[in-house]
Amino acid sequence: MTTLLDVRDLVKTFGAGEAETRVLRGLNLTMTSGELAALLGPSGSGKSTLLTILGTLMHPTSGRHTMLGVDLTTASDHALTEFRNLHIGFVFQFHNLLPDFTALENVIFPTAVREGRETGSARSRGRELLVRMGLGERIQFPTANLSGGQKQRVAVARALMNRPDLVLADEPTGNLDRASALQVMDLIGEINRDEGTTFLISTHDEKIAAQCRRQIVVGDGLVTG
Amino acid sequence: MLYALKIATRYLTASKAQTALLVFGVAIGVFIFIFMSALIGGLAAFIMARTAGDLAHVVIQAEAVDPALLPRKSKGTVLLVQETSTRATAVLKDTPAFIPLIEALPGVIGTSQQINGSGFLTRGGQVTQVSIYGLEPGKESVIVDLAGYMVEGSATLGTGDVLLGKTLAEDMDLQLGQTVRLQSSSGIEALLSISGIYETGSGGPDRRQAYVGLATARTLFRMAQGVTRVEIKLEDLYAADALAPRIRALTGLDAKSWTEQAAQLLEALNAQAQTGYILKAFALLTIIIGVASALLLSTYRRRPEIGIMRAMGAGRWFVMVVFVSQGALIGLMGGLFGAAGGYGVLLAFPARETFGPGQSGLPIDITQGAYGLAIVLTTLGAIAASILPARAAARLDPVTAIGQ
Ligand SMILES: Nc1ncnc2c1ncn2[C@@H]1O[C@H](COP(=O)(O)OP(=O)(O)O)[C@@H](O)[C@H]1O
Ligand SMILES: [Mg+2]
Repeated sequence: MTTLLDVRDLVKTFGAGEAETRVLRGLNLTMTSGELAALLGPSGSGKSTLLTILGTLMHPTSGRHTMLGVDLTTASDHALTEFRNLHIGFVFQFHNLLPDFTALENVIFPTAVREGRETGSARSRGRELLVRMGLGERIQFPTANLSGGQKQRVAVARALMNRPDLVLADEPTGNLDRASALQVMDLIGEINRDEGTTFLISTHDEKIAAQCRRQIVVGDGLVTG
Repeated sequence: MLYALKIATRYLTASKAQTALLVFGVAIGVFIFIFMSALIGGLAAFIMARTAGDLAHVVIQAEAVDPALLPRKSKGTVLLVQETSTRATAVLKDTPAFIPLIEALPGVIGTSQQINGSGFLTRGGQVTQVSIYGLEPGKESVIVDLAGYMVEGSATLGTGDVLLGKTLAEDMDLQLGQTVRLQSSSGIEALLSISGIYETGSGGPDRRQAYVGLATARTLFRMAQGVTRVEIKLEDLYAADALAPRIRALTGLDAKSWTEQAAQLLEALNAQAQTGYILKAFALLTIIIGVASALLLSTYRRRPEIGIMRAMGAGRWFVMVVFVSQGALIGLMGGLFGAAGGYGVLLAFPARETFGPGQSGLPIDITQGAYGLAIVLTTLGAIAASILPARAAARLDPVTAIGQ
């Protein structure tokens, strides 16, 4: 079991002076490759903030953030963009897809943006992933015409496109009905089992969390369990 | 780059009506630009042809000519101030020596030796003061295209012939072939037959000029040899400023470029061109403001998408190129449509060459539309306009942009 990521004494505050909010207060977390982990905690506990920092979309106020042995705490925007593209996949709750593009175009975006064009091999991997997500009939669909559950499955396929080491999902099922939510979670579990991709999924739904092998609970800006 | 262009294109085609409207707006700006270029260019060419076209491009003038004097026939007082006679210096004598030298200069189309002065044209009881132009036979149309202006008769000046303007002929009720009496300011009279009537379209020449042969002028002004003026026509009228000093150096005579005399005309043309530039600059500015505001709205509307792209590994540069490309594409399309539309509309105007004096409408010159320049400037302007919104988009914090 190799260490995938490690954060030490992570502090994140927003605002300053009177309006200062301390969201993370010295949080520590280590994850190993191949984990399927749920990130639990009440609304406002800092789940999204933690995922955003782990996803290199935001710098912590203080603390250390390493992943794959790389110190990301002080890396430049350019270096982080490249790191993110190669090693991290995202699934968000809302506004996940580019609405003016087809399902396939959305899925292959992470590869195309790196290679500067949409290659044939990227397209065939994108198709494979969509088929795997049960969207074989929706490959050329404009994403605007997809249902909520279908959109989230496209987002999962896109998160997997560049064979990332870590997929961060921020309440990926928060917007879905129970059946769609379970379908998405089943697919995530399948990918985790078959490919060994590490997942960290935030949720405040105990049933969703129960599908993960590890539960990380945040509260008061710390990991509490 | 190619991929950013694909995304830019998709963004533009995703909201077709909005893009079409924007391109249409840009095209109108381009149309104004082109229309102004063609109009200002056409107007300049028209004014140039109307005024400077008949102008001698370089002139060598003998220094002074006697003032007109009407010999007293009736009662009354004629008050006259006569300056010291400059007769001696008012003649260019050694023309046979320098004319061939001038004509051999590159860019010189032709020369016209003239004896000019003033006098009075009389028929019956009518008297009109006229400027008399003595021209070399066979070279009547070297400077002023007399042959082209003839409405009756021909522009050849034999001995005893005179050419008169249409207005003058009408005023004095003169007909082709009639005999008139021309009296010079030197007091010498000649009986001449009207061999042609011309119409240049401008008042002065049509009302107050009489063209005679050089031999007739010699008699009228008592000038056995030499001429009072040499006019030179060039291929390119703008070469006059460079050529006049060369002629001065070559002949030792005071050769003057037309621009010295026509400073006002040049000033007017200049002012007109400046007005054109200002209008064109405003057209461009409108395009830039339009494109900038449209793209600013677009980057605002697509904030979440920009955040998603950044999260998926799109760099700032990529986002920048996506939005700058949209600006470039809008500029290019607007430029092309505007140029095509402009050309189409200008085609409906009569050709510049056929546009004559007194004709209603505008002297548009379709060849001076500056189509390429309009397209290039519009595209560059649209690119410039998109840089600020694109930069703002590229600098968006992905987290706030996604707005989770
Ligand atoms: N950009 C921000 N500016 C100010 N406060 C913020 C910002 N982002 C998050 N917060 C605050 O941080 C706290 C944690 O937010 P978040 O990480 O979204 O929690 P969760 O995802 O667990 O609901 C909340 O109180 C929220 O108001
Ligand atoms: Mg959240």
